Amino acid sequence: MGFALIAHEVRVSIDCDADIVLARQKGRQLASQCGFPSTDLAVVATAISELARNIVRYAVRGEVILRLIDDNGKRGIEVVAADDGPGIPDIGLAMQDGYSTSGGLGLGLPGTRRLMDEFEITSDFSKGTTVTVRRWKR
Amino acid sequence: MQVPILKQGAYLIATVQSALTDEDLKQLRDTLVLSVSKVRARGVIVDVTALDVIDSFATRTLRDVAHMIRLRGAETVIVGIQPEVAFSMVKLGLTLEGIATSLDLEEGLAYLNRKGNGSDHGVRTHRS
Repeated sequence: MGFALIAHEVRVSIDCDADIVLARQKGRQLASQCGFPSTDLAVVATAISELARNIVRYAVRGEVILRLIDDNGKRGIEVVAADDGPGIPDIGLAMQDGYSTSGGLGLGLPGTRRLMDEFEITSDFSKGTTVTVRRWKR
Repeated sequence: MQVPILKQGAYLIATVQSALTDEDLKQLRDTLVLSVSKVRARGVIVDVTALDVIDSFATRTLRDVAHMIRLRGAETVIVGIQPEVAFSMVKLGLTLEGIATSLDLEEGLAYLNRKGNGSDHGVRTHRS
């Protein structure tokens, strides 16, 4: 994507549930540097929490990359959650509310899409999954 | 991160102090369900004022706590969900349907007292 990077990106490797907390705290920190209001900080942190948990639960390990971005003066935060896990066999199903293969609530991906302004997902069977989300400052 | 649990009269009060990992949440759930029986508590308050994120796993665990404790014959109230946390929960699609919530600890205690589950000395602090 052609967004300018405002600051250094922050990378958090994810392989246990303590990393989920770390990733969302780093994300909150970065978003607060960008001047997001407190509601948005909670929204961004919650989205990161869901994406990082998906990595731990389905792929065992991966990475969350956090970036402050600029699109012609519009500022925002981009979160990339990437893993080289088994991949999602049916993205359409995974995006449905209430669908889960792990006994969870099945709200992680569809809920994250509702929380953020932009949502992209690519998944290759046996190669891994990358979810990219963005929230723009209003 | 251990969550301190205080016994106050017939109630147990668990005050979350900082961010909890999934493992911490499960431990809190298990400890509360066991403690209710051990101290014969009639009500449980989980104070989540300090939580800046309540995601799907935390919601599910809090829901489980309330349901398990209800099966043990006691009431649970979740208190102190921050406004921005409530906003994110609803956007994500999370609800605590059928589970009592209150603005803060005081309201939570008042709720339990109204429920008639507390004895007349229900708000006295017991030190052990």
